[in-house]
Amino acid sequence: MILSVTHTTLYRYDVPVRGVVQSHRLTPASFATQRPLRWQVSVSDGIPGGSFRDGAGDWIQGYSVAGPVSEITVHVEGEVETEDCAGVLRGHRETVPPIVYLRRTDATRADSALKTLGREAVSGGADTLDQAHRLMGAVADAILYRPGATHAATTAAEALELGEGVCQDHAHAMIAAARSTGLPARYVSGYLMAADAGTRHEAAHAWAEIWVDGLGAWVGFDPANRCCPDDRYIRLGSGLDARDAAPIRGTARGTGGESLDVTVAIQAVQQ
Amino acid sequence: MRAMPAELRQMKQAEAEALFRRIGITFAVYGEGGDPDRLIPFDMFPRVFTGAEWARLERGIKQRARALNAFLVDVYGRGEIVRAGRIPARLVYLNEAYEKAVVGFVPPRGVYSHIVGIDLVRTGPDQFYVLEDNCRTPSGVSYMLENREIMMRMFPAIFRENRIQPVERYPELLRRTLASVAPAKCDSAPTVAILTPGHYNSAYYEHSFLADLMGVELVEGQDLFVEGEFCYMRTTEGPKKLDVIYRRIDDAFLDPLCFRPDSALGVPGLMDVYRSGGITIASAPGAGVADDKAIYTYVPEMVRFYLGEEPILENVPTWQCAKDDDLKYVLENLGELVVKEVHGSGGYGMLVGPKSTKDQIEAFRAKIEEDPSNYIAQPTLALSTCPTFVEQGIAPRHVDLRPYCLVGERIELVPGGLTRVALKEGSLVVNSSQGGGVKDTWVLAE
Repeated sequence: MILSVTHTTLYRYDVPVRGVVQSHRLTPASFATQRPLRWQVSVSDGIPGGSFRDGAGDWIQGYSVAGPVSEITVHVEGEVETEDCAGVLRGHRETVPPIVYLRRTDATRADSALKTLGREAVSGGADTLDQAHRLMGAVADAILYRPGATHAATTAAEALELGEGVCQDHAHAMIAAARSTGLPARYVSGYLMAADAGTRHEAAHAWAEIWVDGLGAWVGFDPANRCCPDDRYIRLGSGLDARDAAPIRGTARGTGGESLDVTVAIQAVQQ
Repeated sequence: MRAMPAELRQMKQAEAEALFRRIGITFAVYGEGGDPDRLIPFDMFPRVFTGAEWARLERGIKQRARALNAFLVDVYGRGEIVRAGRIPARLVYLNEAYEKAVVGFVPPRGVYSHIVGIDLVRTGPDQFYVLEDNCRTPSGVSYMLENREIMMRMFPAIFRENRIQPVERYPELLRRTLASVAPAKCDSAPTVAILTPGHYNSAYYEHSFLADLMGVELVEGQDLFVEGEFCYMRTTEGPKKLDVIYRRIDDAFLDPLCFRPDSALGVPGLMDVYRSGGITIASAPGAGVADDKAIYTYVPEMVRFYLGEEPILENVPTWQCAKDDDLKYVLENLGELVVKEVHGSGGYGMLVGPKSTKDQIEAFRAKIEEDPSNYIAQPTLALSTCPTFVEQGIAPRHVDLRPYCLVGERIELVPGGLTRVALKEGSLVVNSSQGGGVKDTWVLAE
């Protein structure tokens, strides 16, 4: 499938800021089932900074904007060719050893409830792949999709206790539970095209990847939609948690407040 | 000096203290409150090495510094030492000091740790043990320089009559080392600066002292900003591009976009500039994984693995409480052992078995049992002593030594280091934060 993406983020500052510095993970990597055909990121008045491919295989690009400035726009536009491979990440060049993704972060710390969920989910699993599918089901059962129930800083443990959340919470909970059972797991940010009205998603989406030793590969799991990523998904980057995998990290030198307006449109231009 | 009458000695000691006060060298003590400008006690009796003794130490220290850097390049690259089964994967990759953000990056000249401080104790005429490695930002080198300065002012005749090798070249060697690791994108004479957390930091004096002697700027995070592909420092003549930062702040605070988001000490965007070759950070982010106390056990293995040599300096035998057998031994022999926290420093959070009461030992036992992997244990060593001036006259006191090895285009070691002395009779704890003192360290020319 060929997916077309338009993603615009508008930052507004109450008081003009003296400068903005951002680090972007906004360019999809090329691997077996994903190939960017064209891709363009632009930042209003932005000065491109250093760019490099990090150890996890993600493209990182710095940007800075010299102030004073009261609003900036980050605009992403492109087309990506995708294939369905049941979520298996093949041909992705990376050097971070999978065991690194057993590390805990504040957002993915497993409390006793997450540990129990993890232990019970994997206990009947025939192999890692089966265990991961069971984990995904258990998380989807335990956390109902409800936008607005949680916020950006909600932890996996908090979301599970609440029993509600969005894709970020599903991914965090699955990662926390998986790691507690000894399975390396990571957070993936990207885009998802809504195929039908019933799909639970926002176009800017997030899911989890579990390291499956038997396959020697990372496999994606989207607990929010109870499926493995297919050709409707575009993978942008990964990390230990949402903050670590954030497509845009930034900071402004200023004193006032900041507001954010995000629009994402994604559609299939060719089936 | 032994022949010196007591009155003269007291006079000299007072003179030394006055000199220290005048120069302003002080060392704030963590966690003890009190006077932040307290003087670190200076003992006039120098510690002396012969040229031959030093030559062997120097080979051993340089060997270790090479192996530690080879290890760092390896574990952020292909991880051959782990693949070869010579060091457990968990110990490296789940280590808090292991930075995922720099995986795949090779710093200029393959150097992660540019200043390696190696703490040594002597247990016999030819036997030195390494107590620990400091690969991040070892402090104390200002004392090495100041102690020498004081001694030369007070006893000029001794320096005229003895061939004591100089240490004053250190700041210039440090500057050259830092300039030699300028990043790929630097196409002119590199601009070097020292990044300090500020004057509330206990080692601020040292930061400004070194900046002064090297002739480079001393900056704080707020003096720096990232624009485009580079990092700049604000100066009265406008922004100036920085090429090499000798940072004296921890990884966690370097860049709020990459590490702790609440850090106000660092520079937003610095890590992107670093990884794309726009600036060199010394020591390199992630260098700490090599000096962790649990990794320490494997340094002799690193020497063999990367250099194909036998280690010249020995490790202190170490029990890792993370291993069941070791833990059992440690708990059965607490009264004989020194137990340390894996991530601790400054002599805090440790148990010196033979010097502790039953209650202290039992309290520590509970801490170990709660989290065994957080502790390692070592035998109480018969540390060498050095004559030291005390109330009663001259008496032996335990000492250790921290030389500072510089790693850049070349590996350099000035003949000397910081000798720390445990001033309390029988004490083995030399940390300045625990009431230890310092001495000048003399290496005699052959």
